[in-house]
Amino acid sequence: MDLYEYQAKDLFGAHGVPVLPGDVADTPDDAARIAGDLGQRVVVKAQVKTGGRGKAGGVKLADDAADAKAKAEGILGLDIKGHIVRRVLIAPASDIAEEYYFSFLLDRANRTFLAMASAEGGMDIEQLAVERPDALAKVPVDAIKGVDLAKAKEILTAGRFPEPILDEAAEVVVKLWETFVSEDATLVEVNPLVRDPQDKIIALDGKVTLDENASFRHPGHAALVDTAAEDPLEAAAKAKDLNYVKLDGQVGIIGNGAGLVMSTLDVVAYAGEEFGGMKPANFLDIGGGASAEVMANGLEIILGDRDVKSVFVNVFGGITACDAVANGIVQAFQLLESRGEPVNKPIVVRLDGNNAEEGRRILTEAALAGLEQVDTMDNAARKAAELASKGA
Amino acid sequence: MAIFLNEDSKIIVQGMTGAEGTKHTRRMLASGANVVGGVNARKAGQSADFSDVKDGLTLPVFGTVAEAMKETGADVSVLFVPPKFAKDAAIEAIDAGIPLAVVITEGIPVHDTAFFWAHACATGNTTRIIGPNCPGVISPGKSNAGIIPADITGPGRIGLVSKSGTLTYQMMYELSDIGFSTAVGIGGDPIIGTTHIDALAAFEADPQTEVIVMIGEIGGDAEERAAAYIAEHVTKPVVGYVAGFTAPEGKTMGHAGAIVSGSSGTAQAKKEALEAAGVKVGKTPSETAELARQIVAAKA
Repeated sequence: MDLYEYQAKDLFGAHGVPVLPGDVADTPDDAARIAGDLGQRVVVKAQVKTGGRGKAGGVKLADDAADAKAKAEGILGLDIKGHIVRRVLIAPASDIAEEYYFSFLLDRANRTFLAMASAEGGMDIEQLAVERPDALAKVPVDAIKGVDLAKAKEILTAGRFPEPILDEAAEVVVKLWETFVSEDATLVEVNPLVRDPQDKIIALDGKVTLDENASFRHPGHAALVDTAAEDPLEAAAKAKDLNYVKLDGQVGIIGNGAGLVMSTLDVVAYAGEEFGGMKPANFLDIGGGASAEVMANGLEIILGDRDVKSVFVNVFGGITACDAVANGIVQAFQLLESRGEPVNKPIVVRLDGNNAEEGRRILTEAALAGLEQVDTMDNAARKAAELASKGA
Repeated sequence: MAIFLNEDSKIIVQGMTGAEGTKHTRRMLASGANVVGGVNARKAGQSADFSDVKDGLTLPVFGTVAEAMKETGADVSVLFVPPKFAKDAAIEAIDAGIPLAVVITEGIPVHDTAFFWAHACATGNTTRIIGPNCPGVISPGKSNAGIIPADITGPGRIGLVSKSGTLTYQMMYELSDIGFSTAVGIGGDPIIGTTHIDALAAFEADPQTEVIVMIGEIGGDAEERAAAYIAEHVTKPVVGYVAGFTAPEGKTMGHAGAIVSGSSGTAQAKKEALEAAGVKVGKTPSETAELARQIVAAKA
């Protein structure tokens, strides 16, 4: 889960990382009040989970409360790369002597953590890595040893941070490491990390990604989810414990196992090229169980997507037996009928693997309206794409 | 021959007495795997009943992995321990020095995996870790450590390494007439103990394996690294498949590690890297199987 800047700032503050005062506002009046409380020149920053907001007009300076209100009015509601601005952060406009870059992240290739540091902060880090690779230090961090003051200085020296602020910056880095570990983050990025004219080190902007697998030990993280910004179908699926991602196509997909479902999306997209560019409408992994209830919930979400014109149920019975899946589909049809939402779009089913013959027999005998069985994944994908193109 | 697991493997199960552990221990036993006991500190000294698999069969439950190894000679542990306790269980297996630990558990915090991996490295890397978030490893006709169904296919000449469970099953099914030396599910998490490269190296050295099928998916650069390894070190033919061409940027697709971040981790980049290394890459699982089938047929 990616956090907004203001959430990252709060997290930093809670772990003793120096940040500026300020608060988040979702109306221009709130923005004016916060700016008034700060009583100085402020910066009004759009809160969106994407980069390039400055260029998109999402960051403005304001002289006073009235100006902050006007700037917030202009920024709230902006569309920045498909992200609508719902909140702005109001913070003091700070005097900056120098801008640095610092981050902790996962290093998948080396199966450990990585610290990245550069005395040339402020700019886009991917750009810096390409244009001035030697200005960006990448230092592996041992997951057990972690980062103490000595390690922090080693990282900062590699990043060519200036000597006079090394000690203070190292203390900040240790606190960032504490944030990274104790919050179960997979990314903690500060860009820019600034030195003010009094040589204070401050985290001016922050990006944090939290590991959702660790939510069992962070009950507080649930409150950081921005439910208002979620796709309504994704939110509904999440409420039913379904692993669902909304996409922009017309063929609804249900499958078992993340790899097989990803593969199903691709196979449908290839097949769809023949039928006017039909594409997968979603990712939905119903996992190993595939009970009637899970199948019904999955079908309900997918049929609730108005873009969906056909549905492809692609199951390989590994641990799950296909007869159980078939019974699940039959009961799901009944369950949806009883909920007053009968299945009203064509459904293509492909069953293979464990007890596939029995599963196919059950579906054949049930003779469900609009349900068709096709015997291979590729052919079934083609059929589903064809049916979607007819319904589109 | 086969890799990682053979007919002499003696398996213990950490978390055997839990619901998932019991279910899959039963399946492993039914497929002929030599499961010799379980580990659960709170149930040490008890025995678990598997008479429904075989008349009168019970398995001893030990308090620790070390004790289980001493009493049974076990050299493989399969972990069905819930995410909360997986780190400690993996560290216990590593400290006991068991040669192979297969971590099936899905949903382990990545800081925990990084920690037990660092622990394994710091203590001399005597334990091969497969997973986490994986279906395990099967050497058909010999042994089976994990949850891969044993009835899809038998022993044969293909070696398979995959990030995904169900795509492993699908590929074994498509090539069931040829059979497999070993199929390894390495898992879909961002940090995993055994990589594509580790499996490729083992298959290259395994006389039973003639053709290698490698299945990857979006996220990270493991496939690109594997491609570079293949170009340098693998003489056997490799056929590849990559899932997730249609995955949008920034969305996790089921597996914790399956995410395209910015421009990195895309399926297209992985496919191109593999093809540049001389790997034939199928567009769909069945096309991939067909490529492998053609190579096997040409060798016959």
